[in-house]
Amino acid sequence: MKFRTRAIHIGSEPDSTGAVVPPIYLSTTFVQPGPGDWGAFDYSRSGNPTRARVEKTIADLEGAAGSLAFSSGMAATHCAMGLLESGSHVVAGCDMYGGTYRLLHKICNRNNITVTLVHADDAAAIAEAIRPETKMVWVESIGNPLMSVPDLEQISADIVMHSATKYFGGHSDCLAGALSAKTPELHRQLYFIQNATGGVIGGLEAFLLHRGIKTMELRVREQSKSALAIAQWLESHRSVARVLYPGLASHPHHQRAVRLMGDQFGGMVTFDVRGDIETAKRVCKATELFGLAVSCGAVESLIEQPATMSHASYDPAARAQAGICDTLVRISVGLEDPEDLIADLDRALGIAGGA
Amino acid sequence: MTSSSNPESELGFGTQSVHAGEARQKPNDAITDSICCASTYTFESTQSILDYLKENHDREEYGRYGNPNEKVVERKLAVLEGAEDAILYSSGMAAIVGLLMCKLSAGDEIIFFDQCYHRSREFCVKHLSRFGVVTHQVKTGDMGAMESAINSKTKMLVSESPTNPHLTVIDLEAFVAIGKRHGIETLIDSTLATPYNLKPIAWGVDYVWHSATKYMGGHNDLLAGVICGSKQKLEPVRKLRGILGSINSPHNMYLLERGLKTFALRMERHNHNGQRIAEFLESHPRVQRVYYPGLKSHPSHAFAKKTMKGFSGLITFLVKDADWKQTAAIIDKCKIPRIGPSLGGVESLIEQPMVMSYFDYPIEQREQFGIYDNMIRMAVGIEDTDDLIEDLRQALEAC
Ligand SMILES: Cc1ncc(COP(=O)(O)O)c(C=O)c1O
Ligand SMILES: Cc1ncc(COP(=O)(O)O)c(C=O)c1O
Repeated sequence: MKFRTRAIHIGSEPDSTGAVVPPIYLSTTFVQPGPGDWGAFDYSRSGNPTRARVEKTIADLEGAAGSLAFSSGMAATHCAMGLLESGSHVVAGCDMYGGTYRLLHKICNRNNITVTLVHADDAAAIAEAIRPETKMVWVESIGNPLMSVPDLEQISADIVMHSATKYFGGHSDCLAGALSAKTPELHRQLYFIQNATGGVIGGLEAFLLHRGIKTMELRVREQSKSALAIAQWLESHRSVARVLYPGLASHPHHQRAVRLMGDQFGGMVTFDVRGDIETAKRVCKATELFGLAVSCGAVESLIEQPATMSHASYDPAARAQAGICDTLVRISVGLEDPEDLIADLDRALGIAGGA
Repeated sequence: MTSSSNPESELGFGTQSVHAGEARQKPNDAITDSICCASTYTFESTQSILDYLKENHDREEYGRYGNPNEKVVERKLAVLEGAEDAILYSSGMAAIVGLLMCKLSAGDEIIFFDQCYHRSREFCVKHLSRFGVVTHQVKTGDMGAMESAINSKTKMLVSESPTNPHLTVIDLEAFVAIGKRHGIETLIDSTLATPYNLKPIAWGVDYVWHSATKYMGGHNDLLAGVICGSKQKLEPVRKLRGILGSINSPHNMYLLERGLKTFALRMERHNHNGQRIAEFLESHPRVQRVYYPGLKSHPSHAFAKKTMKGFSGLITFLVKDADWKQTAAIIDKCKIPRIGPSLGGVESLIEQPMVMSYFDYPIEQREQFGIYDNMIRMAVGIEDTDDLIEDLRQALEAC
């Protein structure tokens, strides 16, 4: 079965009631057959029927041995970092989510874990940074906010992490994270950490996440189509100095993006406005359809300034090294009519009055 | 197209689905609406109650009269439908009951086209009759028959478009013309079309009714109904709803609002899947006949093209030389669509109307309604088109 069919049916198999939509289990505990005699579920941190269903769907869509659902993307990331030990070294992409940067540099460092940042789209640089004590290479595909495209053919991932708050949930209304493991052994190790640390998703959120996944293929297809049209339009706009979007021929790794993603490149577009930090701020404040907010991947379009918002938790020096400059504006394209969105950006760019 | 001067009416359907009816800036700056579960709402002082009563402030009073979650969706649906107003109910049936109980009195008459959702017919024939309302049924699409059934007591003309399960599309221009000529209000059950495909208000229809349980909710996980129309005509209907109490709950309304965000995308898919699968079925040797308005062979294809943008996801077909059990065997062989009533959700459903809805009816009556033993109704979801076609092919060829 194809992706969209699986997204709708795998994990939603009928239960004894015949419900087309499986029930929401809020129960924190489950009655057991006898002392020391465990049923399929015992306590909701260890396993919950609603969570189990969405984990099954995600594993199938990822082609993973198993998936785990968390209360946020950061809880998922933290669980994966639980595989590290004191003295471990991590090689990470320099344009990663600010919260991941913060976790590595301000929390994991307390356990004597060190990090080397490299440009994630440069496989040679990643290889060069690896040391004997390197336990993990962490890259974002696609990088954020610079839209870098790592060479995944060479990297070959063991774990896929999602902030399911974004495209998976898709409606800006549930925080969620997911880890998908390539092997049953890795899945077992991650499950052990998840159960021990407890960052699990709740039953209601698991339901909303599952509901969102059913339209994910439609949403991402449409968002990719609209984002490409908007990126192309931005590229020809006089107030825009540069557009970063993997679907544009001008993107440094466009060919790699085509190999990895085919003809859909997601709904995130970053661009550089002509002017200064204030110009970028004015653009972000002037839109009417795009909401001024961090996050991404939802039905409603959002706009933000990485330097002061999503990537404010970077050290200024690391931000400069990565190339996250003050004039960058990042948009997350939603499901509105692309003509309405272009009209909104056109007006905002006009009001902001770039150089 | 609409008389309303709401600037949201200028936006594309996809933009309206996401934003229309919602406050740009919401409480606590949240991007999505919060779920307000309160059953009652409080006043600052006695004076503020008096002000509310006198000036009819737009605020909440008691949960039976409405709630903020429901109001947002009502505004969104009104914009999508091109109507001035919309009233939501706890189900589609609650909506039609709410409207008819308001608009009809003892001695009044109502005329239906005979192909329709069987429970709406049942309500009128069995229950409104107890209150002295007379229901006439005429052959679907026969405008002459409808006009001749009108007399001085006739208060409303009712039809579905497309109808369920025969997918007959009504020439709304002719239908509305009859109503206007006689000064009688018109009602269309537009559940199967949705405002993505059909805008009855723009054709001059007075009331548009939907089971929002179907395409509007879109995920087979809520029940809701809506009546759209002019503010003036709906005002007493809303007042009566406050007495009957058939409003929808805040949790449910949140799910409906969330479902509507992907309305345009889902409908585009339902239309695409519906057309492709109808064409596949029509070309299959085991299929005797396909009812789908997007097919040239459908008797109301011309009216469908005249009034609709696309033709949604409901397909009815007859299996060649099959009795009811052989027909059931095909349904049982399907692996993707699950067996059950309803339609309009992301997951495909399949059923045999003779078994699901008409099992208690004698055969003569079933045939009179055009419900044949070898009839299958499929509510096509948004799964991958080729997966659905392959599944139907193996089911048809296995039996
Ligand atoms: C790329 C990326 N990774 C991780 C996260 C963290 O996920 P969450 O906010 O769900 O904890 C985010 C979002 O905030 C993100 O954009
Ligand atoms: C065409 C049509 N109208 C009305 C209804 C009644 O709606 P509800 O089931 O939401 O009460 C249904 C469905 O059951 C329907 O298919």
